[in-house]
Amino acid sequence: MKRNVLLLLLVVALVIIPFVINKDAEFGGADGKAEKVITEIQPDYKPWFSSVWEPPSGEIESLLFALQAAFGAGFIGYYIGYVRGKKAGTEKVKC
Amino acid sequence: MNRYTTLILTGLFALILFSVPEYAYAMHIMEGFLPAKWSIFWSVLTIPFLVRGLRTIKKKVEDNPSLKLLLGVAGAFAFILSALKMPSVTGSSSHPTGVGLGAILFGPTAMTVIGVIVLLFQAILLAHGGITTLGANTFSMAVAGPFVAYWIFKLGKKIGLPTWLSVFLAAFAGDLITYVVTSVQLAAAFPAAQGGVATSVVKFLSVFAVTQLPLAVSEGILTVIVFNFLKSYNQQELKELSVIGEEV
Repeated sequence: MKRNVLLLLLVVALVIIPFVINKDAEFGGADGKAEKVITEIQPDYKPWFSSVWEPPSGEIESLLFALQAAFGAGFIGYYIGYVRGKKAGTEKVKC
Repeated sequence: MNRYTTLILTGLFALILFSVPEYAYAMHIMEGFLPAKWSIFWSVLTIPFLVRGLRTIKKKVEDNPSLKLLLGVAGAFAFILSALKMPSVTGSSSHPTGVGLGAILFGPTAMTVIGVIVLLFQAILLAHGGITTLGANTFSMAVAGPFVAYWIFKLGKKIGLPTWLSVFLAAFAGDLITYVVTSVQLAAAFPAAQGGVATSVVKFLSVFAVTQLPLAVSEGILTVIVFNFLKSYNQQELKELSVIGEEV
């Protein structure tokens, strides 16, 4: 358990370090940067299909991303509770 | 344990600090940005893995219904991780894949199925990735990534690395290889006028690889955390999936 907390702190550090090292960066999600490289290589390339639906705003997009993460985290949280409870239950029976 | 980790991390940070690329980009090839013939090519290449994955999942779950929840955990983990856009030292953001865990537990093709679900969700609702690029993106994130993770894990076990280290390296490599494959896919579709595909590969790689390094480390660590938990509560299931031996 203690080890997992330490590991988690390590991840947090990894997330924070970029802000320290690279103070002025934009941290853009940079999908557009791929376009840049492609248009550098092939200036005349036109995308032949566009997204079926785009989130109408950054807010809506972040809502969907939050939902995606919440769904995953909710399930894992449920599962952790479930197996811990199961284990506690079987140990009780043994007593 | 800590000595190894410090070594790995120090090495990686040194690598990252000494290379400052111009820009980065999110993990998936965007909608419409792959010429049609390549879209078809990667889709066709991916289909057998998908079919095999569906069969694997069906068989494993039929043999052992208690694995259903664990499969859900593998899927949920991929969902969370691909929703987390993390900052990288290069000054841009990208997200991990989360496919390593499932590949270790259920084998690589099972993750092809889960990967398609995640990618479809993002393509349809988030305009992230795309339908026309689904085949290529699935191949990089849900075929190449999981296979590399799976092989590295097996290799680590064979040469007797501690389990946590095998898990870390597997998830780390699976994350990184996804990017390498994406670079190759883009380069094949967009060869440079001078130097052809090879030059393009280098171009795309210099854009992705470095950004992804710290994220791959994060993904490795997060996978180890979840795996540690599973090891303490799911000994039985892990043994049935022959992920851990009897000696654990």
